[in-house]
Amino acid sequence: MNFLKTLVAAGLVAASTVPVRALDISGAGATFPYPIYAKWADSYKKETGNGMNYQSIGSGGGIKQIQSKTVTFGASDMPLKPEELTKSGLVQFPTVVGGDVPVVNLDGVKSGDLKLDGDTLAKIFLGDIKSWDDPAIAKLNPSAKLPKQAIVVVHRSDGSGTTFIWTDYLSKVNADWKSKVGANTSVEWPAGIGAKGNEGVANNVANTKGAIGYVEYAYAKQNKMTAVNMINKDGKSVAPSAEAFQAAAANADWEKADHYYVILTDQPGATSWPIAGATFILIHTQPQDPAAATEALKFFAWAYKKGDKMAEELDYVPMPDKVVTSIQKMWASEIKDGTGKALFTASN
Amino acid sequence: MADVAWQETDVSAQDVVTERARVLNKLRIGDIVFHQITKASALFVLVVLGGVIVSLFIGAMPALQEFGFGFLTAQSWNPVTEKFGALAPIYGTIITSFIAMLIAVPFGLMIAMFLTELCPMWLRRPIGIAIELLAGIPSIIYGIWGLFVFAPFLQTHVQPPIIAAFENIPVLSTLFAGPPFGIGILTASLILAIMVLPFITSISRDVFDAVPPVLKEAAYGLGWTQWEVWRYVVLPYTRIGVIGGVMLALGRALGETMAVTFVIGNAHKITTSLLAPGTTISATIANEFTEAVGDLYTSSLIALGLILFVITFIVLAIARYLLLRIERRVG
Repeated sequence: MNFLKTLVAAGLVAASTVPVRALDISGAGATFPYPIYAKWADSYKKETGNGMNYQSIGSGGGIKQIQSKTVTFGASDMPLKPEELTKSGLVQFPTVVGGDVPVVNLDGVKSGDLKLDGDTLAKIFLGDIKSWDDPAIAKLNPSAKLPKQAIVVVHRSDGSGTTFIWTDYLSKVNADWKSKVGANTSVEWPAGIGAKGNEGVANNVANTKGAIGYVEYAYAKQNKMTAVNMINKDGKSVAPSAEAFQAAAANADWEKADHYYVILTDQPGATSWPIAGATFILIHTQPQDPAAATEALKFFAWAYKKGDKMAEELDYVPMPDKVVTSIQKMWASEIKDGTGKALFTASN
Repeated sequence: MADVAWQETDVSAQDVVTERARVLNKLRIGDIVFHQITKASALFVLVVLGGVIVSLFIGAMPALQEFGFGFLTAQSWNPVTEKFGALAPIYGTIITSFIAMLIAVPFGLMIAMFLTELCPMWLRRPIGIAIELLAGIPSIIYGIWGLFVFAPFLQTHVQPPIIAAFENIPVLSTLFAGPPFGIGILTASLILAIMVLPFITSISRDVFDAVPPVLKEAAYGLGWTQWEVWRYVVLPYTRIGVIGGVMLALGRALGETMAVTFVIGNAHKITTSLLAPGTTISATIANEFTEAVGDLYTSSLIALGLILFVITFIVLAIARYLLLRIERRVG
């Protein structure tokens, strides 16, 4: 009987905590923005007392979870097409910008020593260019002394937003890549070896002489990997830096984009890094739990307002202000509760 | 005891009979309960296995309906166009396990032979414990070691001379064609061989130990060499146990995931070169399941799991059949 009593008591305690827990926002999805979401959540909790619980299970998982309504918001590195959003009753908005950096392992080659253009990069990843002393690479790097060494292509073996940005870029700059491979979170790779996660690619590149791979910008920077400069759409050579990603984000036409379906690869601008991409939040237009959704929107409004510096510290690029204004306008007009009342007004 | 019992019958024979019936009844109930518990445990295994098969089937259905038999014979694995074929992972699974067994079986048997027959007493324990410790190392450690230590070593010191040496020999030049990646089918097979070695060695050692000394002594007395004794006395006497160990090792090699994922290169392609990257069924599932978007993609991965299940089942069936044939011939 005592045991039963304890059980009942425990149940009561659990039940009484439910209303309090409902204020906690739950989200799931992409692994790439996890560090910044976690940091924002931590500061937000300190400031407001409301928590945000984010599970970095991958973009694919995030999309599945928000579609099955088990979380308040989903997160994806790949924007959903407008028709998919309408079908699932979702809207999306970008939070921060990041991107991919090609990294190499060549004796005597340091960051910035080597530059490539999109077409050459695509040919390397197609397996058409097999050796580092290929004339196409030599033409772009007249002063570099490149060895007669086999190129080992390293790509992601798991599905990833990083791969989506990478293959989307290669599809834009090389017709062969577009027709043979295409762009997705995972593709049928024509050449090379696969490794799991940014860290897997990084380790394989670091351990294999003559290797070229691609990792998340923040990952390349924090691990001081040997990065390759890219020649962008305007024909200028750029190094991967926060400014170059910012330039790509600023030069994109967010306003005109349908449902913020913008992929930041191959953007115009002399200083734009060509392999950039935003990460997105997905939320229902008529959430099952309007209170939780309101909290989520409040959280992201706070993050846009106060989170820029934290993002920069972690090597993410914050969204330009005019894009934020447009996003909040969209929230006010699109996201409503059951009675049709907007959950978010610009004042809160 | 007998005296006590005799005295009791004196008191009342009737009481004793009921008492005995009561005690026996109690024992019988205990027996029944024990019987039922053991039976339930055994049946539980069947239920779990049945559940796994059924859920694999249901999960794999969309892919099997879409691709039909072609799923087994197509090499393409393209998430963009949603065309999936399992041939490359099936090939990778079988070829890595085959090469691993090719290396591990002779090695394991020789180690077991040395340990039981030829090894000085003081060295037996250290080697025996070392072998068992190999079995206790988690597979992720093998994977990390393979990626950081073994693969770079192979890439710089082993693969270039192999490629150069076989360059002009017809068949070997295609089997060992460059460039040296470090990781690939061969590296994965070598890691697998190390991982399954303890299974073969410890089981063989235990069954070799069980060979009656008188048989071996008689053979030695006839002037047989160590090889002859092992080949014609020890091995025939223990082959059922040895085959059991080999099959256990093969089962482990077929299903091994983490270590292989690290060093095989994860490329959905069938290449004639053993130095080229490939993939296995379990490595593909481990890599792609978390980010698989779309029903067909997920379903294809589950279908891969079903295929691995079937392969393992076939291997077990073959092992049973071999054992049966040996038993029939001996008995």
